[in-house]
Amino acid sequence: MIITARNISKSYKRKGISGEVQVLCSTDIDLESGKVCLINGRSGSGKSTLLNILSGLLCASGGTVHYDSTDVYKLSDTELSLLRCRQTGYIPQVQSAVGTLTVRENILLPSAVIGKGKDRFAADGLLERFGLTELADARPGSLSGGELRRLSIARAFVNSPQAIFADEPTNDLDDENSRLVFEQLRKAADGGAAVVIVSHDRLAQEYADVVYCMQQGSLSREKGRI
Amino acid sequence: MSIKRVLYKSIVGKPLRSFALLFICIVMSAAVYGGAVISVSLQNGIDSLEQRLGADIIVLPESASEKVKLENILLQGTPGYFYMDKDIANKLAAINGVDKLSAQYFLVSANAECCTVQVQIIGFDEDTDFSVKPWLREAYSGKLGKNEIVVGSDLSTRVGHSLTLYGVECKAVGKLETTGTGLDTAIYAGSDTVRGLIKAAESKGISVLSKQDPADVISSVYIKVKDGYDIDEVTASINLGIDGVQAVRTKSMITGTADKLSVISGSVRLLITAVWLLSAVIMLIVFTVLINERKREFAVLRAVGFSRRRLAAQVLLGSLVICFVGAVLGIGICTAVVFPFSRLIERKAGLPLLTPDALTAAGYAFAALAAVTVTGPLASAYSAYRLSRIDTGRILREGD
Ligand SMILES: Nc1ncnc2c1ncn2[C@@H]1O[C@H](COP(=O)(O)OP(=O)(O)OP(=O)(O)O)[C@@H](O)[C@H]1O
Ligand SMILES: [Mg+2]
Repeated sequence: MIITARNISKSYKRKGISGEVQVLCSTDIDLESGKVCLINGRSGSGKSTLLNILSGLLCASGGTVHYDSTDVYKLSDTELSLLRCRQTGYIPQVQSAVGTLTVRENILLPSAVIGKGKDRFAADGLLERFGLTELADARPGSLSGGELRRLSIARAFVNSPQAIFADEPTNDLDDENSRLVFEQLRKAADGGAAVVIVSHDRLAQEYADVVYCMQQGSLSREKGRI
Repeated sequence: MSIKRVLYKSIVGKPLRSFALLFICIVMSAAVYGGAVISVSLQNGIDSLEQRLGADIIVLPESASEKVKLENILLQGTPGYFYMDKDIANKLAAINGVDKLSAQYFLVSANAECCTVQVQIIGFDEDTDFSVKPWLREAYSGKLGKNEIVVGSDLSTRVGHSLTLYGVECKAVGKLETTGTGLDTAIYAGSDTVRGLIKAAESKGISVLSKQDPADVISSVYIKVKDGYDIDEVTASINLGIDGVQAVRTKSMITGTADKLSVISGSVRLLITAVWLLSAVIMLIVFTVLINERKREFAVLRAVGFSRRRLAAQVLLGSLVICFVGAVLGIGICTAVVFPFSRLIERKAGLPLLTPDALTAAGYAFAALAAVTVTGPLASAYSAYRLSRIDTGRILREGD
């Protein structure tokens, strides 16, 4: 899948401040199957905002996002949701497990949405890949930060997506687990997915084909070419 | 795993929250259903009584009201008896406007003789009766012979079995259907049988008459007025023309109760509406308060690909399921209480209660089920709207 974002701009209304805050201005980015793209930049520079826009979760104030030839923000909410669920995996920056479901059920959640009706064993491989096998039937409430992080990463993989958006996926992880996660993301790219990682982690550089830096609302390329 | 499981887990995974909502629904459905059933039961009771009395005017001895009111005998099953001279029947027949008339004889069973409670014995004149026989026929089609009786539905005596009254063995040949009135605890017999029983009582030393011969007394006279005559006028001319009796218009006797009833069923209806509204408002508040608590969960669902529609459906369906289960439980509990205890409620309320038949009751149950079940989605509609429109990006930035 090729993801093309053109002229993306985004401004937010902020409580207590009159007018709007411009976070992104006229940013372009291309993502491609088989490539890992890394975005870094200062905190508050708009990395998560861009990632959300690319993943179809947040509508930009201006510009377009195409998945292949589909203009995603022209789709209806239902169509876009289905497309996101089928073809993309999204790893939010913060912890994001559903408290009433077990670890296994959380991982299977995206498969439930598209009604593939995957059985519980479909999660076994992912549980093992991310070292969660023993916690399969635990509730998220009893997990550590790192375990929760790996849960939400495993969940992004369940529908074998063609694009993965990872927002600081190694935030709560030690070096060993960070490597594990980056390796899995790399593997997904090698398997044909387009992968975008937002990360400050130095390790990430080793796995990336292209590195961007977010500065003053737009991206500048630091390494590699598409 | 399916999406249904996500919904199921969101309900059972928050037992306290779900139980609180369930409880509201149980109370709401019990009130709606129970109230409706009680109010129709009251109406049924009064209707059946009116139908069964069949007379326009009832004449009693003047002294009757000092003992036990006929009203109480008929409505609440308070046993009682009173007598007047048999001659009165002839005098009544001479009154202008009287079409048919028939005498009845009252007696009360001795304590702890046949039944656990005192039972009203009502004797009627086989030849002239027009008020008892028409519906007695439902239970027994033949002519009641000497010492043959028909029993009310609340008495435990079965058809074919015998009952001893004042030492006289009486055979139950029929059993009446439930009326929800005092008539359910009564025994019906021919006038000869009752006269015999009065004599038997006297020979046992239980004197119900002061001097007269049982053959010379009657307890009450039921009168049918000729077409074209005003019932109130006939009632008045009886009261003026014959000493020692009081004539009561049947309708006015029941009207007192009917008025009381309409007040009661009116307040029951008001109560139902109030409970329903109150529960709906409480639910609305609960769902609105829960929006904040559920925001994160819904942001996650949104992030993994739930559409807004699906998010809203998740909220609406969740409330629908809880309300449905609550309604089923509430109606079930109510059925288990109202029907078996309707007799007790009747006695406590002092009003005739005739519970509706299974089909009608099922109709009310269904209506209550529907009313309670739709309340959930109605009360959670705003919450569903808000939760389906959450700003996922912002919520998932806010950390834990
Ligand atoms: N929903 C929102 N409403 C208002 N302002 C927002 C909203 N989301 C983001 N912002 C603002 O936009 C700017 C960029 O936020 P964003 O989360 O994209 O930054 P980031 O680069 O991901 O930062 P970090 O590295 O800390 O995660 C910030 O100044 C933030 O306060
Ligand atoms: Mg961020």
